[in-house]
Amino acid sequence: MCGATEGGLSLDGVNVAKEAVIQGQVLRSGDEPVANAYVRLLDRSGEFTAEVPTSATGHFRFFAGDGEWTLRTLAPKAQPVDTRVVAATGSVAEVQVLVSA
Amino acid sequence: MSRENSLVTAQWVEDNLDTDGVVLIEVDEDTTAYDKGHIRGAIKLDWTTDLQDQVRRDFVDKEQFEALLSERGVSNDDTVVLYGGNNNWFAAYAYWYFKLYGHSDVKLLDGGRKKWELDSRELTDELPTRAATSYTAQEQDSSIRAFRDEVVAAIGTQNLVDVRSPDEYAGRLLAPAHLPQEQAQRAGHIPTSVNVPWSKNANDDGTFKSDEELTKLYDEVGFDTDKDTIALCRIGERSSLTWFVLTELLGRKNVKNYDGSWTEYGSLVGVPVALGDEPGSADKVRA
Repeated sequence: MCGATEGGLSLDGVNVAKEAVIQGQVLRSGDEPVANAYVRLLDRSGEFTAEVPTSATGHFRFFAGDGEWTLRTLAPKAQPVDTRVVAATGSVAEVQVLVSA
Repeated sequence: MSRENSLVTAQWVEDNLDTDGVVLIEVDEDTTAYDKGHIRGAIKLDWTTDLQDQVRRDFVDKEQFEALLSERGVSNDDTVVLYGGNNNWFAAYAYWYFKLYGHSDVKLLDGGRKKWELDSRELTDELPTRAATSYTAQEQDSSIRAFRDEVVAAIGTQNLVDVRSPDEYAGRLLAPAHLPQEQAQRAGHIPTSVNVPWSKNANDDGTFKSDEELTKLYDEVGFDTDKDTIALCRIGERSSLTWFVLTELLGRKNVKNYDGSWTEYGSLVGVPVALGDEPGSADKVRA
C-alpha cells in the first residue's frame, strides 16, 4: 500500500491520507525482532501520548498528529531507547529501533 | 483504602500463583494479548464482549455480571487480582467495574502485564480450568459512577479532571494516538475541566508513582479537596485508572468515573465545549 517501506507493517485498511502514521520495528542484535517490547509515544513536550506492545514480529504503529514526537522503547533486559520522529498527515514515518543485546 | 489494600507487586503474584482463593484476571485493551501468553492460572475477561452490553451503550447488568463470573469460576470471597497492558488501563476499568458491582476484595497488579514482561517473568498459553460458581453481585454503586447530567451540572462547581492526552484535551486529536482518528463528534473538553493525563500517574514501567508524587500531581492543578470530583476520558477506561489513584491510593472521597466520557459529552447537542490548552470558564455556560 501507499507509503509503506518494503518489509514494513501492512497498511491494508488504514486510510493513510487522513492519518499521520508512525510505525516500525524493534530489533535486538541488529536483526532479531523483539516481540515483547513496549513502545511509548511522547509528544513534543515529552508528555506520554500512547503506548503499544510490539507484535510477534517486533512491529508497532501509532496514529499521531503532525509534528515532532519521541518514541521511548522499553524491552526486557535493555536500557530504554529514545528515538525522535516527525509525523505528517498523509505519510507514513517508518522507524527502526535497536535495543541493546 | 490504601496502597496495601488495593495493589500487589509482581513478586507477590508470582509467590501466590497457587494460592487458593486468589484469582488472576487479565483484562487488556488488546483482547488477543491473553491468547498469546498470560500469567499462569489467569483467566481472561474481554472488556468489549464480556463487560459491555452488546446492544445498548452500557455495561452488562447485574444478572449478566453474576452469570459471567459464575461461569468463569469466580467466587464472592475470592481475592481478584487484575492486570493488563498499557499501565493497567483496562485492568483499572475492570477494577472500578468490580467495585461498581460490590466485589469486596479486588486488587491491581502494580505495573500490570508490562512490568511482568519487562521483569522477564513467565507467561504461558495454557488455559486454566475453574469450576463454575454461584456469584452474587450487589446493585450498582451509584456513588462511583457519573452520568451526563451530573457532569454538565459539575461545570464550574466540582473538580472535573479530564485524563486524556494533552492533544486530545485541546482538541487536536480525537482518540489516543495508537487508534484511528475518524469519529463523528466534536473535539475539545468540558469547560473548567483540568487536564491531568492518566499516564502521569504511572512510571515508565507501568507501576504507580508514590503517594507523594501523586498528591503533588493533583495539588499542582488546583484540586479542591473539599469538592466532589468527576474523572473522564474518551470512553471511561483511562479515567478508571485516575479514579483508582484518587480513591484507592490517595483516599479521596466522592470521586466518580464518568464512563460516558468524551464520546458521549462530545456528541451532546447544546453543551459547552472549550478548545485549546486552557480549562476555559464556566461563564458562558451559565449566561
